[in-house]
Order: sequence, then C-alpha cells, then structure tokens
Amino acid sequence: MSEPLLKVRNLDVSVYDKKGKPFKIVDGISFDVQPGEVIALIGESGSGKTTISLGCMGYTRPGCHITNGTVDLGGTQVLDQSLPKLQELRGKDITYVAQSAAASFNGAMTIDAQVTEIPVITGAMSREDALAKAARLYNDLELPDPDNIGKRYPHQVSGGQLQRLMAAMAMISGPRLLILDEPTTALDVTTQIEVLASFKKLIKDNDTAAIYVTHDLSLVAQVADHILVLKDGQMVEYGTTDQIISDPQHDYTKALMAAAHLMPDEIHAPPITTTEETPLLQVKNVTAGYGAKQEIIALRDIDLTIHAGETVGVIGESGSGKTTLGRLISGLMGAKNGSVHLNGQQLAQSVGQRSRDELRQIQFAFQMADVALNPRQKLNKILSRPMMFYRGLSQSEATKEVARLLERVDLPTEFAWRFPPELSGGQRQRVNLARALAAEPKLIICDEITSALDTIVAQQILDLLEDLQDELGLSYMFITHDIATVSKISEQIAVMRHGRIVAQGSVDQVLTPPCHDYTQLLLNSVPEMRTDWLDEAVVERRKLVAALDGN
Amino acid sequence: MIVENRTWTGELREAVSDLTPGVALCVVFLITMFFVAMFAPWIAPYNEAAILTNESFSPPNAEMWLGSDYLGRDVLSRLIYGVRVTLSLSLIITLLSFFSGVGLGFLAAAFGGRTDMWMSRINDAMLSFPSLMLALIVINSLGSSFVVLVFTLAFIDMTRVFRVARALAVNIMVMDYVEAAVVRGEGKGWIVWHEVLPNTLTPLAAEFGIRFTYAILFISALSFLGLGVQPPQSDLGVMVKENMQALLYGEYTTLYPAFGIAFIAISMNVFVDWLLQRSNAKLPDEI
Repeated sequence: MSEPLLKVRNLDVSVYDKKGKPFKIVDGISFDVQPGEVIALIGESGSGKTTISLGCMGYTRPGCHITNGTVDLGGTQVLDQSLPKLQELRGKDITYVAQSAAASFNGAMTIDAQVTEIPVITGAMSREDALAKAARLYNDLELPDPDNIGKRYPHQVSGGQLQRLMAAMAMISGPRLLILDEPTTALDVTTQIEVLASFKKLIKDNDTAAIYVTHDLSLVAQVADHILVLKDGQMVEYGTTDQIISDPQHDYTKALMAAAHLMPDEIHAPPITTTEETPLLQVKNVTAGYGAKQEIIALRDIDLTIHAGETVGVIGESGSGKTTLGRLISGLMGAKNGSVHLNGQQLAQSVGQRSRDELRQIQFAFQMADVALNPRQKLNKILSRPMMFYRGLSQSEATKEVARLLERVDLPTEFAWRFPPELSGGQRQRVNLARALAAEPKLIICDEITSALDTIVAQQILDLLEDLQDELGLSYMFITHDIATVSKISEQIAVMRHGRIVAQGSVDQVLTPPCHDYTQLLLNSVPEMRTDWLDEAVVERRKLVAALDGN
Repeated sequence: MIVENRTWTGELREAVSDLTPGVALCVVFLITMFFVAMFAPWIAPYNEAAILTNESFSPPNAEMWLGSDYLGRDVLSRLIYGVRVTLSLSLIITLLSFFSGVGLGFLAAAFGGRTDMWMSRINDAMLSFPSLMLALIVINSLGSSFVVLVFTLAFIDMTRVFRVARALAVNIMVMDYVEAAVVRGEGKGWIVWHEVLPNTLTPLAAEFGIRFTYAILFISALSFLGLGVQPPQSDLGVMVKENMQALLYGEYTTLYPAFGIAFIAISMNVFVDWLLQRSNAKLPDEI
C-alpha cells in the first residue's frame, strides 16, 4: 500500500465551560486516507463528525480548541501552520463542500465567476484557464449544457445541480483532499443518487482523497472505502465498508444499521377494513392553490380517504403539494373546488369557521419541533393549553394531565417545568406529538416529523407513533419524502407529483411491481446496503426519468 | 443539557455578575439619577426658585456647592429639580409611545394584509415629517404646556416604536408555533399576548432604553429652543439656555446641566448595548 495522503493522529478537540474546565467533544481520533479513496465519518448529530473534518483543515468553530494530535497532509503538519499558510492550503490543497449549496452561493454573481474565484484571486490560474477547467468539470459532473451553465445565476439552476456546481468549485484548484459535509442531505431523494454518482466518479478520476461526513449509513455504503463510526466524539468502529456493513461488531453500529432507511424485504398487505362505515376523513375532488385568486395551482383533483385507526402515507418530493394538502385539511388554507368531510360532515374551509370540536379532532404535528414550540413557554403551558382550550379543563386539572401525557410519550414528568430549548431534538419532537395528543384527536397530520432527526431517534419516534395508535385508535396522515419509512408504517399510500396523486391504494398494491413510473423512481432511489447498488440505480433512474418526461 | 430552575433573583444575580466595570459605572449612575429624581424635594439643599444672592454666576462655595445661576439661585438645587422634570417627562412620553406603538404595531402584524398595509403607509407618512419641525409646529400653534409636550412627543415617538414592534411581530407571526396556535383555533388576542409578546420582550426592552434616551435629548432640545418646559418650571435643557452667558464670564454654570444630559444619554446607551449583547437579541434591520 502506498503512503497515505492524510494522517490524522490522536486528534482531540475541546470546548471550555464557564469555569474554564475543558470538555472533549472529539477524543483521540486517528485515521488515514489514501489518494483516490473515500473515508466516511458517520454518526448522529453531536458525534463530532463535522468538527473532525474541519479539524483536518486546521479550523475549529468559535469556542472550540484543538488540544492534542497531529494532522499530516502529504508531509505538511496542518495544525502547525500560520494563518496565511493555512488559508493558502485551504483554497488549494484542501477544499470543502458544505451541506447547503444554496446558502453557500452568492445570488448576485454568475456561477462561473464564483467557481473560478479562488484560483484567479490567488493567481494560480489565469481567468481563461480557470474557465476552461470549469467547463471540463461541469462536463465530468454530467451537468446539462456544460458550456453555458456557468453563465447562469444560482437561482437559475436546480438544487441538485447547484450541489454539483459546488463540487466543481471545490475541485477547480485540483485539491489533494476534498471534504464533503452531508452534501446530499438537503436534496430530494431522486436527485440524491445522481449527485452521489457524479461525486464518486470525480473523486476516482482525479485521484483525490476525500472525507465524507454523513449520518446515513446506507448512502455511505455507495461511496466510501473505509468507514469510521463515531459516537460522542469517540471512535466506535473503524474498518472497510464491506466489513462494517456485512459484519458490524459494535452494538451502536448495529443500531445504525437497523435504523437505516432501507426498504423492508417484504411488504405486508394491510388487513381489509370494512368500507361500509363512514370514513373518518374524506377529501373530495379538491383543487387549491396560492395567490390572491389561487391562480398558482398546488393541488389538482385530490381524492383521499382516511379510515379510523388507519395510517395513510402521503409521499412526494419537495414541491409535490403534500404539505399543502395537510394544511388544507387542517383549515390553514381554503380550496378552490371540492370539499373536506369529517365523519361524513362537510368541514368549513377555514379554521375560524370550524367548531372547536371539529378542530379538536384533527391535529397537526409540524416538521421542525424547534420552531413549532414557543421557546418562551414552559412545556406545562404548551401542553395544558389545548386541554383547556378544547376540553375546558382548569389549569390545575390540566397540569395533572400534563404529567400523564409526558409519561405517555416517554418523557420525565419534571420536564413540564422546562423550556423547549432545554430539550434535545428527539425530546422536542415528542413534545410536539404530545401537544397534538393533548387535544384527544381522532387524526394527527404528521408533516415530515422524522426527517430532521437522526436515524435512531427517528425510529424511536415511529415506534412511539405505533404504540399510540394501538392504545388510542388514532389515525395518522403521514406526510414524507421517505418511501422506505412510509412502507413500514402505513396501510394506505398516496404518491404525489406536481400537485396530483399519481398512485393510490393499499401499501402492497402501490409498491409491488408493476407500479407507476414515478413510484418506481422513488423506490429505485432508496439505497440498498450493498456497494454496487449505486451504478445500477443510476442506469435505472435515467430510464425512468426518460419515461416520465415522455408522458 | 440540565438547566437549574430559573428564578427571578437567580437571573438578577447572574446579570450583576456579568457586568463589566464600565457598564456597572453607568448602571450606578443611572440608578443614582432616578433616586435623585424621585426624592428631589428631600435631597435638594434649597428651594429651586429661591433667590439666595444678588450675585450672578457666583463660583462654587460652602453654601452653594455649584455656585449660583444668572438670577442668584442655587445651581445644585435647580439641577436636582431639573433632573426630576427631565426624567419624569421622558419616562411618561416613552411609556405612552410604547403602549400605543407596540399595541398598534402588533395589531398590524397580527391582522396583516390590507390592515397592515394601510397602517404602515399612514405611519410612513408620519415618519416622513422631520420630527423637530413637527414638534415646533404643533407646540407653536397649541402653546407649550406639559400636556401638549407629552402628547406631541409621545405621538412622534409612537411612529418609531410602531415600526420596530411591527417588524419584530411580523417575524414571530410566521413561526410554526404561531401557526400551531392558529390551527388550534386561537384568537388574535391570545396569539399576540401569549406567543408574540414573550418573544419580543428583550428587544422591546432595549428599544425602550433607546427611545427613552431620545426623549431626553428631544425634550432638552425643545427646552433649549424655548418651546419645551416653561419657566418658572425648569428642566436640564432650560438650565443650559438660561445660563449660557456664564461662559462669557468664564464660569461653568451652563456646563453642569449639559453634562447631566450627556451622561444620562451615554449611560443609557451603554447599558442598552450591554443588555442587547448579553441576550443576543437583535433589533430588526429596518428601523
């Protein structure tokens, strides 16, 4: 084996608390990366994976300090360099691709100007050479119209393209080490694999060493040669990708494997529900849109039925109208045509015209628990308000019930006197659910409630949802982009695209081939835990996209 | 993360321990000034209107620590009463402008749409008048009295407070937790009181400090121009004006009230800056 390009040894990163006591957030991490190889740093949020990757650039976030260890990049001791030297190193030898390309591009400059900025400013290349190199990179990254795409502005290309353009920006000065920090997390599932494939090709072709930071084990299996599993800043397991995914040793790695977003081996047909009884909720032939006269159509001819005790999954990518449908049912926006019925009774369009009892029966759980809970209200207030509002409880009765409710969602009862920012992400999502439960609803509309959570925590929330359904006979409308999750928990599925439901029915009907092209595309985008999956998936994807565009 | 139960006294103790020496000095000065303003009749050595000597601008001496003014009155006593008038007028003006400005601003944000548009445009029209000119015109036509002064300045300040309060509330109104309250079926009043207000208190408190400083400066300027507080009552601005000639005789009499105004304004600003920095709250960009 040749000499590794990057050698990280015993890296410690610490933060200091108010009294000046150090606390290690990264503890004694060592690894090597060969040229042309990818190492994946995998772990949940707070595991130190981004901190390590930044440490390899000799950078720490404000308040953090590298307290021990060495980073050797091809003979250069990165941590010993002065700031001007480091800046030179960072633009030229080590480059970084951030999670959100949209936030990293300047909307007022053309893409070419931004991609070529660093080598031109540092004098490493003339503007002409840089532009030529950029065009070659666009071509390698399989961007459409590589000769002209650089003349556009960032808002004129899609999110997936922008993410690839960011990789072009990182690759233009021919770095020896490329750091990719969750580069596909913000993308739609069907776009993700294209981007992933082009990153993989670029790294192999240029013989670059890469560090890939992610929380998703199934993705990493596709691109990484080695995997380093992290928990609380410490190394849990380190090995080749085959070793880790075929024979994980550590319990934590096994838990990560179990929680990965994979399709179940078999999709079970749900028990047949009696259709004679009145459905809990019926959406009949609804068309709705935004704008003063609803002229921007977001939903077209939607029919959806939810029975009592049933989970209906609504799947689609961003912009498919799935969240709009949830908002319409809960009365946050009105329909242009069509109607919504609860227990056979037609519901008024807006919240203000519905009765309290109608409002009580349909509750909405928001995606981001950190913005869905008022940071200045204690949990007791957040949870007791729906009880007082809908059920007429007094404050002291409600406070007693809050304790029971917190127990029901597996939170300690003393949390009632805490503020939301004092809770972890998973705990906040439990509170978010508890608030919906406080109303004693019949139906909870769950809008992507697990997508902002780490995989293991998300799995716990899904388990909680199932337990609650068994105990209370709740119905869920589960809005998500994640077809793997939905196939595990739903009885009925509706697949949405461009504001229409393109496929609908029981979960086995919809997801068992032959299915609609778009459903197939979504299914095809769910990573499988084997290393050769990506290449097959990309080929399959092109066929499906061509077929969909043909329609 | 485990956070101990937060109590009022605990937070205060923590805040005091966070004070830097400079800020602490300003806070002590402000507290002293408010104390002086509240207990002026008991603190002042003489009656503010009593003419004690025939000598104008006498230098400081054992009886009159800061000397006498142009009519031979005790400068220290007048200063103490002046602080009382300036601070109490400014406080009333700021309180009035806040109750009306925050109330209307939140109303505009909560209703949005056309209501917000009309309220904001009318407010913009008011803002486009230079404030000093507006004050001069109103006071000139109605005659200067405490009531006219207070309501005119409170109205002018209200337009500024309206903008800040509205901008803060608009940011809160789009948060998911407000939407959660809307889906629940809560009324506008409940949402404003329980969801918006608690999240805007810190920046509004800071804004209150800034507005209070402006009120002090504004009322002093008007008094200096002869349109504010009218003799025989006097505030700091009136004292600067009355004793201007002292400078011709090489005496400092007029500088005492001038420095009084300056130190109160500076201290308030330093304190507010510290408060803002500490809570990391930001005032919205468009002020």
